[in-house]
Amino acid sequence: MNPSLSYRKAFQAILSRDLTIALRHRDDIVNPLLFFIIVITLFAIGVGAMPNVLMTIAPGVIWVAALLSTLLSLERLFKNDYQDGSLEQLLLSPCPVFILVLAKIFAHWLVTSVPLILLAPLLAMMMNLHPDGYWALFLTLLLGTPILSLLGAIGVALTVALKKGGVLLSLLILPLYIPVLILATAAVDAATMNSPYQGHLAIIAALFFASLITAPFAVGAALKVSTN
Amino acid sequence: MWKWLHPYANPEVAYHFTGKLIPWFNIIAALLLVVGMFMGLAYSPADYQQGETVRIFYIHVPAAILSMGLYFSMAIAGFCALVWQLKLAHAAIAAIAPIGAAFTAIALITGAAWGKPMWGTWWIWDARLTSELILLFLYLGVIALGNAFDDKNQGAKAVSVLALVGVVNLPIIHYSVEWWNTLHQGATVTKFAAPSMAMSMYIPFVICFFGFAFLAGSLICKRFQGQVLARNSLRPWVKKMALAEEH
Repeated sequence: MNPSLSYRKAFQAILSRDLTIALRHRDDIVNPLLFFIIVITLFAIGVGAMPNVLMTIAPGVIWVAALLSTLLSLERLFKNDYQDGSLEQLLLSPCPVFILVLAKIFAHWLVTSVPLILLAPLLAMMMNLHPDGYWALFLTLLLGTPILSLLGAIGVALTVALKKGGVLLSLLILPLYIPVLILATAAVDAATMNSPYQGHLAIIAALFFASLITAPFAVGAALKVSTN
Repeated sequence: MWKWLHPYANPEVAYHFTGKLIPWFNIIAALLLVVGMFMGLAYSPADYQQGETVRIFYIHVPAAILSMGLYFSMAIAGFCALVWQLKLAHAAIAAIAPIGAAFTAIALITGAAWGKPMWGTWWIWDARLTSELILLFLYLGVIALGNAFDDKNQGAKAVSVLALVGVVNLPIIHYSVEWWNTLHQGATVTKFAAPSMAMSMYIPFVICFFGFAFLAGSLICKRFQGQVLARNSLRPWVKKMALAEEH
C-alpha cells in the first residue's frame, strides 16, 4: 500500500473491497436473513399464535432473533481474510489499524444489518406488533445493530485463529449484548404503550458512540494477538 | 519502587514467595472463618423479619463481593500483561479465573437457597441475581477462551483483552439490568441496606468476609504456583526442584 494513502482513501478502498466480496457471495447475505425469519416463525409456532401473546413478546423476539442472526454472520468478518493471509498484510500496512477495522465493520454492517432492518417491519407485522411500535423498532435497530457489529468484531478477532471458534464466540459475545437488548426492547415496549422512548434511544446512541470509539482499538489489539 | 518490585517478576522468586504466603493465608483464613462463622451462625441475632434464614448472608454476601473483586483483579492482571508484557500476569489470570467463577457460583447457589424461604421460589429475576448470573457467563467465557488456544502465551494475551473488555462492560451490564428490573417488576424485594445493619451482625460479616478473602488468596497462590510451574517446565530451576522432590 502506498504510504501516502490518505485515511479516507484507505477506508474507501477496504470498504469497496469488502462490499465487492460480499456481493459476490450472496449466500452469506441471504442465509442470516433466512435464519432471522425462521427463528421468528419458530417463536410464533412454539408460543402459540394468540395475537395478544404475540403482541407482548414481539419486541423481545425480534431483537433476540436479530442478535442471533448477527452472531451467525459475524464469523465472516475476519475468517477468510485470516485464512488467505490478507489480514496480516492489512495489519502490516502503514495505515492505522483503527481505520481498517472500522471500514471492515462498516462493510459488514451494510451487508448484514441493513437488509435485516428493512425486513424487520414485515416480521413485526407477522408478530402482530402494535402499530405505534414500528418507528421505535426501526430506530432501535438502526442505532443498535452497529453496536452488535462493533462488539461482535472483538469476539471474532479473539477467536479467528481457533478452529472451533463458533460456539465460543457466542459465549464471549452474547453477555455483552445484554444492555442493548434491554434498552431496545424497553424502547419498543414504551412506544407501544404510547409513552416517550427518546431517553432509551439516547442511551443506545451513547452506547453506540462509546463502542464506535473504543471497540476498534480492542479489535486491533485482539487481531494482533490472533495473527501473532 | 521498581527496584523493589522487579525481582518478583522472576518466575522462580515469585514461585517461592507465593509458597511462603500460602501457609500464612491458610492460618489467617482458618482463624477468621472459624470465629466469623461461629459468631454469625450461632451468636448473632436472627433478623426480625427474615428469622434464622438471614444467616446465609454470612456466606452469600462475601462470595458475591469477592466474585466481583476477583473479576476486577483479573482485569488488572490483564492490563499488566498487555502493557508490560509480564508473563507472570498471564499465570495470574489463569489462576484467578476459576476461583472467581467458583465464588460466583457459590453466590448464585446461596442466593437461590436464600430466595426459597424469602421469596417462595428458587429463582427470581432480581437485578443482583441476574447480573451475578451474567458475571458467571463472563467468567466462563474467559476460562473457555483460555482453554481454546493450543499456544498458552497467545491464549493468555487473548484472555487479557477479553478481561479488559469485560470489565469495561460490567458496570454497563449491571446498571442496565438494574434498570430493566425496576421497569418490569415494580418494587424489587426490599433488602436491608448495608449501613443500617446492626453492629452485632456487621462484625461477624466483616470477619467472614476477610476469612473468605484470605481463603481465596491462598487458593489463588496455590493455582498460581501450578501455572508458573506449567509455563516454566523446561527451566533448570523447575527440573532441579522436581528431581529434589523425587529423592
